[in-house]
Amino acid sequence: MKHKAKILGALAATLLASSAAYAGEVRVMWYSDGVEGEVIKDLLDRFQKENPDIKITLDNVAYKVVQEQLPIQLEAGQGPDIARVTNIKELAGHWLDMRPMLKDAKYWDDNFGSTLDWMRPDGSDAIPGFMTQLTLTGGFANKTLFEQAGVAVPGEKATWDEWVDAAAQVSKSQSLPAAFAIDRSGHRISGPNVSYGANYIAADGSPAKIDDGVKAFGSKLVQWVADGKMLKETWVAAAGSTYRAAADDFINAQIPFYYSGSWQVANLSSKIGDGFDWVATGSPCGSAGCSGLKGGAALVGIKYTKNPNDVVKVMEYLGREDIVKEFSERTLFLPAHKGVVDKGGLKWVSNDKNVAPALDAFVKSAGQTLPAADALPSWKWANAYYAALVTRLSQVMAGEMQLDEAWAKMDQDIADKVAQAK
Amino acid sequence: MTVQTTIGQKIGAAIAAPISWLAAIVDAPLKLWQRATGTNGMAAFFLAPNMLIFGIFVLAPFIINFLYSTTSGNAFFLPDRNFVGADQYRRLLECGSYLDPSSCREDLFWKAVHNTGLFVVLQVALLVVVSMITALILNREIVGRSFWRAVFFFPVLLSPVVVGLIWRWILQRQGLLNSMLYQFGYQPTEWLTDRFWAFAAGVTVSVWAHMGFFTLILLAGLQAIPRDLYEAAEMDGTRPGRVFWRITLPLLMPNLLVVIILALIRAVQIFDEVYVLTGGGPGTSTLFLTQYIYEVGFASLLRNPGLAAAASILMGAVLVVLTLVQLQVGRRNEKKGARE
Repeated sequence: MKHKAKILGALAATLLASSAAYAGEVRVMWYSDGVEGEVIKDLLDRFQKENPDIKITLDNVAYKVVQEQLPIQLEAGQGPDIARVTNIKELAGHWLDMRPMLKDAKYWDDNFGSTLDWMRPDGSDAIPGFMTQLTLTGGFANKTLFEQAGVAVPGEKATWDEWVDAAAQVSKSQSLPAAFAIDRSGHRISGPNVSYGANYIAADGSPAKIDDGVKAFGSKLVQWVADGKMLKETWVAAAGSTYRAAADDFINAQIPFYYSGSWQVANLSSKIGDGFDWVATGSPCGSAGCSGLKGGAALVGIKYTKNPNDVVKVMEYLGREDIVKEFSERTLFLPAHKGVVDKGGLKWVSNDKNVAPALDAFVKSAGQTLPAADALPSWKWANAYYAALVTRLSQVMAGEMQLDEAWAKMDQDIADKVAQAK
Repeated sequence: MTVQTTIGQKIGAAIAAPISWLAAIVDAPLKLWQRATGTNGMAAFFLAPNMLIFGIFVLAPFIINFLYSTTSGNAFFLPDRNFVGADQYRRLLECGSYLDPSSCREDLFWKAVHNTGLFVVLQVALLVVVSMITALILNREIVGRSFWRAVFFFPVLLSPVVVGLIWRWILQRQGLLNSMLYQFGYQPTEWLTDRFWAFAAGVTVSVWAHMGFFTLILLAGLQAIPRDLYEAAEMDGTRPGRVFWRITLPLLMPNLLVVIILALIRAVQIFDEVYVLTGGGPGTSTLFLTQYIYEVGFASLLRNPGLAAAASILMGAVLVVLTLVQLQVGRRNEKKGARE
C-alpha cells in the first residue's frame, strides 16, 4: 500500500512539474530571409536573462511552414504564441489584441500606427503586433555583368521594356541563360501591374475584374518568357500558386537583372560577398508610374496563447525603439517604427559597399509607389488576386492556355474565393 | 534415475511463469464473458481492439472527410463550416466535356485527372515491362547476381523526397545530365521546363524508384516455377521466346496480376517524388490528383478544404474499385491454386 502511495505521489509531482513548465512559456515561430534568425535569437536571449520567469522557445522554421502549416494550426485554435508572418491581413482574426494589456498603447499607435491596419480586421482598433520590417519590391542589377558587356545600366525613369532590352544585351554578350527573372509571386508582379495602370480594388472594396493594366504587364511577362528573356524555370517549373524566388540565379550571376524586393539585400550581401558589384534599381516604369509594392513581415501575438501577459511582455521588449533600431541595423531591414525612421542615423552593420546605397535606393523609391499599390497591403482579397495571377499566367507561359482564357479564369478564381469566404 | 534440469528449461520455466499467472488472471472473466455472450461474443471480444483502432484511424477520418466535403468556408471545425450539400461535388463535376479540362469549372481538377490517367497507363505499363525484364535477367545465373539484386532494390529504400531531389539535381538546367551533354558537344535540354520532357521525367523517375519492389515479387514467382518444365522444353528444342510465352508467362500470371494491381494503386496515389522533382509544372503538366488535393486543401493561397475533401472522396472511390479488383483477383488465384 505504501509502495502504491509512493508511486502515485511521484506521478502527481511529475504532472505538476510538467504543467509548471508551461506557465510562462512563450513559443515564437520565426522564418528568415537572411540573418534575422541569428539577430532575433540574440535579442531574445538578452530578454530571457532579464526575465528568467518567462521561458522563450524560438522555432526557426522555413517560410513554407509559415505559409502552409501555420494557417491550419490557427484554424484549429492552436499554434505558437508569437509568429512572424507575411499573410498578415487574411489571418487577422487569429491575432491577439494586445491593446488592453500594453503598458503604453499610445506608444504603439504613434510609432506603428501607419501599418496597424495591415494586420487587423477592417474597422478594428486592435494592436496585434508590429512590422519587423517594411519591404518594397524593386530590382537589382549585376553591375559587373553590365560593365563587362559594355551596356549602360538604365537610369531612374527607364521603363520595363528598356530594362529588359538592356539586360537582354548583357545576357547575349555574356552567354547567360536569360536576361532577368521575377520571383514567382503575385505580390511581386503587382507593383509592375499597377505601374501599367492596374487597380485590383473595385469601388465597394471587392475585387475588380482583371483590367487593362494587369493585361498589359501580364502579356509582356508571357512574351518575355516566350522570347527567352525571362528565366523560364522560375515561373514555369511549378504549378498552382507555389512561391519560387530567383535569388539564387542572380547570386550565381546567371541573370543580370532580378526583380524582387528590399528583404533580399542582406541575403545578396552575405552570399555574393565580393563576387561582383550589384545595385538596387528601384522599380522600372510602366505607362502609369514606377511603382513597387510595399509590404513586409509582421510579428504578431496569437490569440490562442495561454500566456497573453507574457506574450505582451516579449512584444513590448521587441517593439522598443532601441531594439527595433538594433534589429534593423543588424538585419539590414527598413524599419517600420516612426520614431526610428524620424530620428534617422541608422548605422547598417555591413562591410559590403553595395549595401548602404541599395537600402538608400529602396528608401528613395518608396516615395514612388502609386495609391493603387499602397492600398493592397491592407486589402483582404489581395492574396486571392495574387494566387489567381500566378496560377493562370504560369499556365499561359507553359503553353497550356491563351491569355484571353487566362484572364477569364483569373476572374473566376477570385470570384470563387470571395464566394467561399461568405 | 535422476532427471537433470537444463539451463534452457529453467529459462523456459521463468518465462512461462508470468504468462501462466496472467492467463490465470484473465481466465475467469473470459469464461464469464463466454457464458454471457456465447462463442460469437468471444470473437467480437478479440476483434474489438482491432476494430477500435480501425474505427479511430480509418473509419472516423473517412466520415469526417466526407462531412467536410459537404461544407464550405475556411473554418477548421465542422460546426463552424457552412453546410452546402453536394455543391463541392457539383463544382468538381461541372464540365462542358470531360475530355477537355478547360471546359470544366474546376479545370485544374480535371487537368489533374487527365494527367493521372495518362501517368497510370504509361507508368504501370513501363513499370511492369521493366520489372519483368529485370526479374528475368536476375533469375539467370549471372555473375554477381546477389549484388545486382541489391542494386535494383536500393531505390526502394530511399525516401521519395530524396529520390525527387537526386533527379532534380540531375535534370535541372545546370544539372548533371545537361553538363554531360554539353561536354559531349550537345545542346542542353530543358528537361523540367518542357511539358513533354517533364512528364517523361516524372514517369521515368517513378519507375526507377519503384521497380525494385515489383522485380522482387516477380523474381519470387519465377523461382517458384519448377525447373523440370524448362528442362523438358529444352529437350524438345523449344525456342526461348516460345518458352517465355508458353511456360514462364502463364505460370507467372498470379504474381503479375498482383504486380499490376499494386502498381495501379500506387500510380493513382503518385505525389511525393514527382512533386519534389517538378512541383507539378511546367504549368500543370505534372499536376496529379494527390497534389491537387494537397494544394487546394493546404498549400494554396486559395485554400478550400471542402473542395479538397470532395476531390479526395472521388479519388478514394477509384482506389476502392482498384482494391476490389485486387481482392477479386486474389480470390480467383486462391481458388485456382486450390483446384490445381
